[in-house]
Amino acid sequence: MTAGSSLQRVECIPKLTGEAKFIDDIDFPGVIHGATVRTPAPCGTLKGFTLQPGVPWDEFTIITAEDIPAGHNFIAHITDDQPCLVERRINHADEAVLLLAHPDKQLLQKALPLVKLDIEQGDPVLTIEDSLSRRRVVWGADNVFKSFTIEKGDVEKIFTSSDIIIVEGEYRTGAQEQMYIEPNGMVARADGASVTVWGSMQCPYYVHKSLAKMFSLPDDMIRVVQTVTGGAFGGKEDYPSMLACHAALLARKSGRHVKMIYSRGEDMAATTKRHPSLTRHRTAVTRDGRILAMDIEFILDGGAYVTMSPVVLSRGAIHAAGPYFCPDVRIRARAVATNYPPHGAFRGFGAPQSFFAMERQMDRIAAKIGMQPDELRRRNFIKKGQAMATGQLVRDNVDMEGLLERALKEADYHCKRRRFDAGNPASPVKRGIGFSCFMHGGGFTGSGETFLSSIAAVEAAPDGRVRVLASSTEMGQGANTVFTQIAAGALGLPFSMIEVAQPDTSIVPNSGPTVASRTTMIVGKLVENAALGIKQTLLGSGLLREGYTASQFSEACALYIKKSGHLKSLSQYKKPEHMDWDDKTYRGDAYGTYSWAVYVADVSIDTVTYETRVEDFVALQEVGKVVNPVLAEGQVQGGVLQGIGHALCEEVLWKNGHMINNRFTNYIIPTAADAPPIRVFFEEDPYAHGPGGAKGLGELPMDGPAPAILNAVMHATGADIRSIPMQPEHLMKALEDSKEGGK
Amino acid sequence: MKITMTLNGKRMTFDAHPMSRLLDLLREDARLTGTKEGCGEGECGACSIIMNGRLVNSCLVPALQCEGADILTIEGVSAGGLHRVQEAFLQHGGAQCGACTPGMIMAVVALLDHNPNPSEAQIREALAGNLCRCTGYMRIFESAKNAIAAKGATR
Repeated sequence: MTAGSSLQRVECIPKLTGEAKFIDDIDFPGVIHGATVRTPAPCGTLKGFTLQPGVPWDEFTIITAEDIPAGHNFIAHITDDQPCLVERRINHADEAVLLLAHPDKQLLQKALPLVKLDIEQGDPVLTIEDSLSRRRVVWGADNVFKSFTIEKGDVEKIFTSSDIIIVEGEYRTGAQEQMYIEPNGMVARADGASVTVWGSMQCPYYVHKSLAKMFSLPDDMIRVVQTVTGGAFGGKEDYPSMLACHAALLARKSGRHVKMIYSRGEDMAATTKRHPSLTRHRTAVTRDGRILAMDIEFILDGGAYVTMSPVVLSRGAIHAAGPYFCPDVRIRARAVATNYPPHGAFRGFGAPQSFFAMERQMDRIAAKIGMQPDELRRRNFIKKGQAMATGQLVRDNVDMEGLLERALKEADYHCKRRRFDAGNPASPVKRGIGFSCFMHGGGFTGSGETFLSSIAAVEAAPDGRVRVLASSTEMGQGANTVFTQIAAGALGLPFSMIEVAQPDTSIVPNSGPTVASRTTMIVGKLVENAALGIKQTLLGSGLLREGYTASQFSEACALYIKKSGHLKSLSQYKKPEHMDWDDKTYRGDAYGTYSWAVYVADVSIDTVTYETRVEDFVALQEVGKVVNPVLAEGQVQGGVLQGIGHALCEEVLWKNGHMINNRFTNYIIPTAADAPPIRVFFEEDPYAHGPGGAKGLGELPMDGPAPAILNAVMHATGADIRSIPMQPEHLMKALEDSKEGGK
Repeated sequence: MKITMTLNGKRMTFDAHPMSRLLDLLREDARLTGTKEGCGEGECGACSIIMNGRLVNSCLVPALQCEGADILTIEGVSAGGLHRVQEAFLQHGGAQCGACTPGMIMAVVALLDHNPNPSEAQIREALAGNLCRCTGYMRIFESAKNAIAAKGATR
C-alpha cells in the first residue's frame, strides 16, 4: 500500500547531514563570480555609465544590453516585455543594468559601487489608484496588463430590487516576500554554441525557453539542471529565467563557469513578491442571509512588467466569490502597471488576496444582518451540481457544511466564542475566534493544462530499478517522495526500487512548471500512467504475470531490455472529458477540481501593546486522498504560518519604489516563538482523475489564515480591519478611531 | 593569516583572508558546505555552528576570533552516522527544503547538550533564532521532543 503511507522524505538524509549540494555548495572548475549593477531610480532614462577608478577594470567581464543579440533583450514570459538588461528606459528600482564578473568575490563587491550610472529620473507610478488614473502611462496604452469580467446572471438587476440589504467593502493586501531560506542562485557555462545552467529553480523548462530565445539556440544546445532547491513558494518560478540569462551572458563572454548567488538584500529587493491587491465588494443579501448578488472588483498591482500577472489575476478572480452559490455574480478583474519590481508568483497566486476580501466581507455581512458568521456561510455554501461564478458545475462531492461543523468542533469555536464574549469586557487582553471558508483549484487555470500538454516518463533498468523522469522539481514540498510512492504503488514494487531523476532538461521530459498545486494531482497522474505503461508492456510481452514479485519484475526487465534495448514509458496530459473552458469569456471549467477547507484562528490582543498573537489554529481540508500524511501535514503547517505572517507581520516597506526593509532584521517572518499550535485535519474524498485519488494541496493553506485571523480580531475587539498586514499600529489606530467615532 | 582551530575534533590550520568570517572559512577554506548562508547578518540561523560549546551564527564570527577555538559543524555531528537529533528529524518530518536544516539541527543539538530535558517553551525559545519557512515549526518541535525521548540511545 503506497498512497496514504508516510514514507520518509526520500532525499532527507543528505539534507540532515549537510551533504545535500545546493547551488552555492557545488564546486565548478575555474569558476568566477558574477554580480549585478542595478538602478536606484524607480523610472527614468539611462544616459550612460562610467567605471570609476579603484579596481583593475581590465580584469573584469562586463556585460551591458549591447552584448545581447539585437532584438533578443527580453526574458521570455507570457509577454516578452521585460528586458534582460536596461537599454535606455528604466521601469523599476533595482532593475538590472550591467553585469560584472571576476574571480575574486571581494574585488567584485568593491567594483559594484564604482559603476556610476547616469540616470535622468522620471515621475514614478507607485499606487494602484495612480496607475488607474493614467496620470502617467508606464506600460502599453493604459497601464493595464490584463482586464476581464466574469459574469453570471444579471447583477445590476438584483441591486435595483427592493427588500435587499447591500453591504459594501474595500479590502487591501500588501506585497509579501517568499523568504525561502536559500536565496536565488545560478551557475552558467557556455561551450561553443551550447549553454548549460545549474541552479535553484521551480521550472527548468521556463529557464530553458528563456535561454533558447535570448541566444536563438536550438533546444538541444541548452541544458538546464535544477540543483537542490532551498524553498521557493513561487519566488523561483519566473525570476530564475532572468538570473540564468544574466549568468549565461557572463559565461559566454568570459569563457568561464560563472556563479551568481544573490545576497539576501539583493534577493529581497530585486526579485518578485506577492501582488498587492485592492478588492471592492458589493453584496446583495436578504434579511434571512441568502446572498443574491455579488459585485466584485479585483485589482492587482503587477509592478513594471507583465511577467505572471495575467495568470495570477485569473486565479485570484476565479476564486473571488468563495465557496458559495450565488445566482448573480460579476467579477471585474484588472492587473495594472506600476514602477515596482514585477510582482510574481507566491503560493496561492492571487487567491489569498481575493479570499481575504471575500471572507472578511462575509463576517461583515453577518454583523450587518445580525446573524452568526457560521450560519450565514451555511445558508450560502455551494453544493454539488450548482454553478460557480464561471458557470462551472461542481461535479465532485463537496460538503462545506460538514467541513465547517468539524472545524468549529475541533477548534471548540462556539464554547470559546461565548467564553471570550463573557470575559473580554473586564480583561485588558481581548480574545477572539474567527474562521474562513475557501477552496483552491488544482492545476493550471482554464485551458492551461491543455496548453502545457505535460509529459512524464518512467524507465526501468535491467536490474529492475525504476526511474521517474519529470521536470517537476523537489523544493521542499515532497515531490520526490510523492512520485516515489505513486510509481511504487502503480508497479507494486518496494520504494527502494524507485528513483526520481534530478530534473535536467537533457534527461527529463517537460512535465511543466512546479507550480499551481499541480505536481501531485496532474504530474503525479502522468507518473502513475507511465508506470502502469511499464507494467503493461512487461505483462503484454509475456515476460511477467500478474501477482509478480519484485525479483520477477527485475528478471522481466532484464529480459525485455536485452531484447528491445530499453524499457521506457511516457504519459502525456489529456484533459478530463468533462472539462470545457473558454479563454475569451472566462466561462466554463476553470479547474479540473477543487480542494476545500475551513480554517479557524483563536487570537489574543493585548490592548496595551496592541500585539495580536494567534493562540491556536485549526486547519481542516478535503484534498482528495492524502498521499503522504506526514508530508501533507507539514506542508499545511508551513503554509498556515506563512499566512499568519501575511496577516500580522510581513510588511514590505517601499521608498521611491525600492524595498527598504530588505533584510531578515526588519522584514519579520514568524519564528519558533511566534508559531501557535497548528492543528491539521484532513477529510478524504478521492478524486477520480488524481493519482490514487489525490487533489492539489500546496497552495491551499495560504488562502485561509489571513481572513480567519482578521475575523477573530473583529470578534475580539470590534475592529473592522480590511487591510493586511495588520501591525499593532494599524490596530491601535482602528480602535482609537472607533472610540473617537463613538464619542 | 594563519588560524589554528579544532574543527570537528581535528586540529587544523587555515590560511584565511583577514576579513573573512568563520562561515567563509568553513565553506571555502575547509570545504564544509553543510553550514549554509541565509542572510549574512545573524538573523536566520542557517549558518549555526557550535563554538566552544555554544551555538553561534558563523556569519557573525570573524575568522580571526577562532584561533584555538573548538568548532563543531553539521559534518562533525554526522561523522558517526545519524545523530539522534537527525534520526528524529528523519522520522518526524522535521526537514522540508533542507536549507535551514543543518542550522536547526545544530540548535537542537546545542539545546540538548545544555538542557537534556527541555520543555516545549524552552525548545521554542532555543529555536527562535533559527528561521524555517517551510514547516511552520510544528514538526521541528515534534522532532526535538522525540530526540529528547531518544536520549537513552547511543548518541
